[in-house]
Amino acid sequence: MSLKLGVPSKGRLMEKTFDWFGARGVHLKRSGSDREYAAEVAGLQGVSLVLLSAGEIPRDLATGRIHLGVTGTDLVQEKIADWRSRIVRVDEMGFGNADLVLAVPKSWVDVETLDDLDAVAAQFRRVHGFRLRIATKYHNLVHAHLRAYGVADYQLVDSQGATEGTIANRTAEAIADITSTGETLRANHLKVLAGVPVLRSQATLFASRTADWGKIERAALQALGSVMGRDMTEGVLHD
Amino acid sequence: MTVTLAHRRVAARLLDALLAKGAQPVDADVLQPAETLLDLYGESIRHRAYVTDDPVKGEQMLRPDFTVPVVQMHMADGAVPARYAYAGEVFRKQLAGTERPNEFLQVGYEVFDGSDPAAADAEVFSVMQDLLAPLELRATVGDIGILRAAISGLETTERRKAALARHIWRPRRFRTLLDRFGGRASQPENRKILVAALSERSAEALIEAAGPVQGVRDADEIAARLDALREDVNTAPVPAAQVEVLEDILRLRETAPNALERLRDLAVDLPSLVPALDGMAARLEALSSCGVDVAALEFDGTYGRSSLEYYDGFVFGFYALRRPHLAPVASGGRYDALTKVLGQGRAIPAVGGIIRAGLLADLEGAL
Repeated sequence: MSLKLGVPSKGRLMEKTFDWFGARGVHLKRSGSDREYAAEVAGLQGVSLVLLSAGEIPRDLATGRIHLGVTGTDLVQEKIADWRSRIVRVDEMGFGNADLVLAVPKSWVDVETLDDLDAVAAQFRRVHGFRLRIATKYHNLVHAHLRAYGVADYQLVDSQGATEGTIANRTAEAIADITSTGETLRANHLKVLAGVPVLRSQATLFASRTADWGKIERAALQALGSVMGRDMTEGVLHD
Repeated sequence: MTVTLAHRRVAARLLDALLAKGAQPVDADVLQPAETLLDLYGESIRHRAYVTDDPVKGEQMLRPDFTVPVVQMHMADGAVPARYAYAGEVFRKQLAGTERPNEFLQVGYEVFDGSDPAAADAEVFSVMQDLLAPLELRATVGDIGILRAAISGLETTERRKAALARHIWRPRRFRTLLDRFGGRASQPENRKILVAALSERSAEALIEAAGPVQGVRDADEIAARLDALREDVNTAPVPAAQVEVLEDILRLRETAPNALERLRDLAVDLPSLVPALDGMAARLEALSSCGVDVAALEFDGTYGRSSLEYYDGFVFGFYALRRPHLAPVASGGRYDALTKVLGQGRAIPAVGGIIRAGLLADLEGAL
């Protein structure tokens, strides 16, 4: 048995995660060939590194298959209902920043805010006989956001990629997507609605409350905490 | 078991009692086409009902209630007047941490009879009350029709009235709009800038300068809304006295006869209320002649605003006195507009109610 730390298995997110831990005295490295999803934590007893797709990490945290995991706030909040009871936010890591935003065509000069979007949804339904379509893969977060504001007469249509193209393709009227610079949105002649974004996301170290925290895992968490110079047990271990 | 044998026995007893009163028995498929329900309730229904996918039939929903399929069935081939009764499971997602069941039994009674709406309202209410009789329950009534009548009488544009009426079921948004239309909150800054820009350039020029028109929503629609915004910015606020009447209605919590009295006073400032109040008076009389103690009925001016948005007149709920945090043991109301939406041009005045048989069984068991 050991404490399992889940880390994104590729790309910049993995590199930056390794850097982040490295700067705090914890050295993660891939073992074996570059293609293998095996890794290790140098010099720490009882900690094993698991490389996973970033999208799988929230569910593995929620079900307790891993003890600690690095992923975006957006994925945790979208995928895990009631996440606060199962997952604890240990640290925001300061990279992977991205906002989940609602965007509409720039030519919609009459739309700046959610207030406008709601009015346009009513108009659109009256004119076209169906509800204004918002393309997204973040159904839960977008629904909660629109509901809190009282937007009506819209529908969410699923888009798992190339979301910003759905408007020109006439399969949606607005989109909700993750953006860090807004570059793709601008290139597609879209603008972000004013006001707070649906969610501000960044790479975050989470801990699972549902994982099996036995003697070895507890000791490993405390050891990890002392190397990194912070108490990591708060909200995770409760005696 | 979520639905126990004891629950089923109570449901069977209630259904028998309704059939003995002359109601026709009806049933509905557990799988309902999701599209109809989504169009009626909006995306929120996805978070309250179970959605499943069928490769041939498309998205289906486990029935979240019987009212919609019963109305569809009636509109397709029902004779008027009609009284229907049913009993069966409905399925709802519940928030984490609540103890409400995900599947439970509803026993319902629906009346399609336009001859005397007040009498039909009273009939449904008193039938429910009789079935619940041995329990100590508190009944709350309300009337969405009074709110609608108040909105229709405001001295303002049709657009503003339509916006308010559309958001009756979303109290926070309703409040934002009322504050703005009443002049308490100023117009959003971006609108003022936009309308100022419109005085210098045409809508077409503004749209063209902003970016290419793409997608289904075309330039005419954008221009039409710019017109609406210009009109709205230049519209005088709703008179403060009328805003206050609306707020007084929303705050009203009184015994039903006192509430009517108070509403009659308010109608002096807002005469559009009068027909709805005459309806309420007739309903109270009809309830009285059904043996309901109307002096003990609580009237709540906001009642029904947080439920699914199809009730548009009389609304009611029965709550366990000792366990007020539970869902209502029974609830219902009038839904004339729903029959119009589902009736493809036809409409039939309709009112109905349901009893949560499992909750009733649990409460009876605790007696």
